[in-house]
Amino acid sequence: MLDLLGYGAFFLVTALSYAIICLGLNIQWGQTGLFNVGVAGFVAVGAYTSALLTTPAAAGRFGGFELPIAVGWIGAMLAAALCAGVVGAVTLRLRADYLAITTFGIAVGIQLVALNAQGLTGGPFGIAFIPRPFAALAETPLAFSLANLALVGGVTLLGFFALERLVRSPWGRVLRAIREDETAAAALGKNANLYRLQAFTLGGALMGLAGAVQAHFIGFIAPDNYVPALTFQVWAMLIVGGAGNNRGAILGAVVVWGLWSLTGFAMSVVFPPEQQARAAALQIVAIGVVLAVILLLRPRGILGEQKTVSRHIEAADISA
Amino acid sequence: MTASAILAVDGLVAGYEPGVPIVRGVSIDVKQGEIVILLGPNGAGKSTLVRAIAGLVPVFAGSVRLAGHDITGVPAHRIVHQGMAFVPQTENVFTALTIEENLQLAGHILPASARARQTEAMYGLFPDLGRQRRLAAGRLSGGQRQMLAIARALMIQPKLLMLDEVSAGLSPKLVEAVFAKLVEIRRSGATILLVEQNARAALAVGDRAYVLAEGQNRHEGAAMALGNDPVVARLYLGGMAAARGRSANP
Amino acid sequence: MTLQFLADGLVMGAMTGLGAIGLTLTYSILRFANFTHGDLISWGAYLTLTLALLIGAVVPNGGSIGPFSFGWPVLAAGLIAMALTGLLALALDFLLFARLRRRGTAIIMVIASFGASLALRSLLEFLFTSEPTYFSREIQIAMPIGAGIHVTPDQLCSLGLTALLVSAMHLLLTRSHTGRAMRAVSENPALARIVGIDVAAVIRTTWLLGGALACAAGVMLGLTVQIRPYMGFDLLLPLFAAAILGGIGSVPGAVLGGLIVGLAESAGVQFIGANYRAAIAFLLLLLVLLIKPTGLFGVRA
Repeated sequence: MLDLLGYGAFFLVTALSYAIICLGLNIQWGQTGLFNVGVAGFVAVGAYTSALLTTPAAAGRFGGFELPIAVGWIGAMLAAALCAGVVGAVTLRLRADYLAITTFGIAVGIQLVALNAQGLTGGPFGIAFIPRPFAALAETPLAFSLANLALVGGVTLLGFFALERLVRSPWGRVLRAIREDETAAAALGKNANLYRLQAFTLGGALMGLAGAVQAHFIGFIAPDNYVPALTFQVWAMLIVGGAGNNRGAILGAVVVWGLWSLTGFAMSVVFPPEQQARAAALQIVAIGVVLAVILLLRPRGILGEQKTVSRHIEAADISA
Repeated sequence: MTASAILAVDGLVAGYEPGVPIVRGVSIDVKQGEIVILLGPNGAGKSTLVRAIAGLVPVFAGSVRLAGHDITGVPAHRIVHQGMAFVPQTENVFTALTIEENLQLAGHILPASARARQTEAMYGLFPDLGRQRRLAAGRLSGGQRQMLAIARALMIQPKLLMLDEVSAGLSPKLVEAVFAKLVEIRRSGATILLVEQNARAALAVGDRAYVLAEGQNRHEGAAMALGNDPVVARLYLGGMAAARGRSANP
Repeated sequence: MTLQFLADGLVMGAMTGLGAIGLTLTYSILRFANFTHGDLISWGAYLTLTLALLIGAVVPNGGSIGPFSFGWPVLAAGLIAMALTGLLALALDFLLFARLRRRGTAIIMVIASFGASLALRSLLEFLFTSEPTYFSREIQIAMPIGAGIHVTPDQLCSLGLTALLVSAMHLLLTRSHTGRAMRAVSENPALARIVGIDVAAVIRTTWLLGGALACAAGVMLGLTVQIRPYMGFDLLLPLFAAAILGGIGSVPGAVLGGLIVGLAESAGVQFIGANYRAAIAFLLLLLVLLIKPTGLFGVRA
């Protein structure tokens, strides 16, 4: 029973850390209509920044500041925000599918740097010994997991409420106006690009925070964590939960992470240990199929969009 | 409907969205060898009507018969095979293709020899086009593009040629030239349905005309008579109304 | 410093260009950035490998052809695989993209293609594991052709085949009705219907051609480098860069773009190092999008 509770807490901490990423993506895509296919990159920036700020020194690698975890997390948000700001300033004016390709390229680039700049990021070996919150409790797994759950849960709720306020504020309304009809919004004197940049930066900051949260909970990061599969997982979560919707972002994260864990468990039962790598691949196929089915049958996700994007935007005119 | 009706539209209800009909029960017919004009104020549904006939706009009720065959609901790309050619108001040529390619494309349903013959015939009818057959259509002037659009439609030797505001955006001289061309085309046996804002010029070349308003039939009659009717002019034909009204009532 | 990078860049660039043709066609006619195109390349290679093994096991064959590393089984398998990959692309459209297209949100299609791409290569990984494999274990001797440059017969064959396929595509697009119809749909699908073109048929043809060309690129890549599940996906950024650089919708543009990307990458590897190879294509892409998004021969503004 306690084991189950412990596992449940562990599961939720991970799911909620994904939820924070989803909340960030929701601002970018759900509220502002920005198609970010490079989510993994911003998560990586946050994770590595926090890791470098808080870990002890390692030979041949930059860092070793051993600053408190809180500093690491704030640094992660700032770094990711800066990164998003720079990327956004250069690319946000591109039309949607070009933005998709570009952000995809950015994430590939970030992963390349993480993999190759050994002096900065530890290269393929990653960064270890990342301090874990409530490390004193590490001896009692249940208490440790519950404490971390409280922390991550608190951060998620904080983020959720802050974003809900933001969404309903005049700022949020302008975002949605720009998403629906940019020309009209411009006629009202709103600088569309500035608002988009703000939304993109804020979303990026949240993604960086989530990266830091994950890094500190696991204690170890490597470039392999930040691959397109991560971006895809987050998109699946947002779409399943209901894009455009903060509650949907959190729900989607929990549901899809649950599905992922479930299929992972099924794979480990069905496949022998030496085939686990192949099983992991099959797991991804399963999730891909599930996402495709959801897109086909219920594109609005579980909680649906609170407001539909206009049907007339981006309608592919080649449909029969 | 007489036996020589090329086009018979009966009680057509059509629109882009179900439940929001723009054409609300229109009936018109076009006989062999006629030039029929569709007139009416903006928003009357003239464009939507011909687009519905051409299979581009969903039809909710009523029927369309072409040379006796029911073509209601036939998809747009099959209508050409039935012998109906449509020239839309805007974007009516492929700018990335040459004049020659535009014509060859339009004639693809013909066997190769007929296609070659027709292409030459079009160059005969439109010498300007023949002179620059390898020019990309995007480099043509507005008037030349309209000519190409018409030539493209004629490639299949259609039973019915429909044109949506072919004179839009052209100078009066060009409008005259285009309409003169249509008369020439009619002389060789074509049947033409013309949607026009430029009532005066159109009525001068047309045989009969229908006036539509708010998606329904309002008037019909011989082109000449309609043009001279001050009531019709004032109510439906916009600018003409002022001129005629003033001259009729000092 | 040798000029070897020129040869390497050309060979790689030719294959990139070939793959980019399919991408630029589907992009311009179907109007969405298809992230699965790279994985069609991978599937093409694996389908060819599997068929070649089957054929080789069943039909007696005489080993490799002349100086090349492959024999008749690979050639025959390649042709069949081109058809199969075309059908795979068609199936993807039928199951996924066509239905999303009817809903009318182009961006959802990009998300779907991103997910489908992940599923496709994961399926390859599941079926074949992520271990690299090869069409043949024969080591090819690179021949000197002057100026310090060495090429293998396979690489030359690759170049030749690419030139052949590109010419064939060019002829198709400029001299045949199918090609004109494709260009017409790419510019204006509504007008295409008006002139009697069956747009749905054109779309099917586009997928078939795109898939077949992707398969050809995959086979060449498999011959000259290696076969692994991520081979096509790793080519995705260069493919996008080539297609956009050349101008979406332009076949010569895609080929030229591919060559430029290939040469830039190999020059980068020569002078800067191999680690950041993938970033070079991305930087090119970014430059094009910021300076002249319509590319070299952009057909549509």
